[in-house]
Amino acid sequence: MNGHVVPVRTYVTVWAILIALTALTTISAYADLAPFNTPIAISIALGKMMLVALFFMHVRYSGRMVQVAAAAGMCWLVILFVLTLSDYVTRGAVPNSPGW
Amino acid sequence: MASESQAVRPHAHQFDDAIQQFDTANFGMWVFLITEMMFFGGLFAGYVVYRTVYPAAFNIGSHETEVLLGGTNTVVLICSSLTMALAVRSAQLSKTRQLVGFLVVTMLLGLTFLGIKGLEYYHKVEHQLVPGASFRFEGPHGRGVQLFMSFYFAMTGLHALHMIIGVGILGTLVSMALRGRFSAAYYTPVEVSGLYWHFVDIIWIFLYPLLYLLGRHIHV
Repeated sequence: MNGHVVPVRTYVTVWAILIALTALTTISAYADLAPFNTPIAISIALGKMMLVALFFMHVRYSGRMVQVAAAAGMCWLVILFVLTLSDYVTRGAVPNSPGW
Repeated sequence: MASESQAVRPHAHQFDDAIQQFDTANFGMWVFLITEMMFFGGLFAGYVVYRTVYPAAFNIGSHETEVLLGGTNTVVLICSSLTMALAVRSAQLSKTRQLVGFLVVTMLLGLTFLGIKGLEYYHKVEHQLVPGASFRFEGPHGRGVQLFMSFYFAMTGLHALHMIIGVGILGTLVSMALRGRFSAAYYTPVEVSGLYWHFVDIIWIFLYPLLYLLGRHIHV
């Protein structure tokens, strides 16, 4: 960051989008969009996270090191979720997934 | 980006210039946030696994959460992130009174969040949904619902602890700001505290749909 002053207008616009996405995720949760309810909710949450990270946390205005650090954290989370879930899914511990 | 005038600001001797000093602190906070991602990540992974293994019980559990309070808290935290970002901006522009103002508002919003959370917990106690000896549930999948409630309290409790710490940090910043410690030349503590605050907001951005919203389209 170090010197880049973000305009108030940018912050307020991001805030407005975050509020709108919150309303959207709440309303869509009650609509029967199966089997997309969960993916939609997660996608909206990911979108909100990106907005907070890029603009409020200044990742958009930061150098490569900070951007790589932020992305790296997400990578480790992906490893945690994918490997853990694949373990359960392939061992038949999950309903509707008989395992391999 | 950074200008030469900022490079000649005073800095500690181990750094080449003030820009490197700021970047180091910024990066250090990000590394800490990565550890926090894994810290919460463990609980999130556990939640995802058990939701996948006991979908019916967890859908029932989701219905026991209060969307009105959880949704309000989401809005409260998003507003607090806005005021926190504006606080950092005030520090960058050497506007101390504005900085203190935004920090205080952020703290008040954080305390509002904690108050609403306390109310939610109180309702859970009233409805005997606290896991343990006093847990009573008169529907199907009682044990699975108790498991859901365990995750609910563990995850929101850990998050609330982070909020309390965050409010404490902001209070320290207010004290430092009132003593004239921050200006465009040096506002690093405000920036890195902002990173922490936004991160705690992001955690809630995921907690809200996972705990309150999933399964709402199913009528139980």
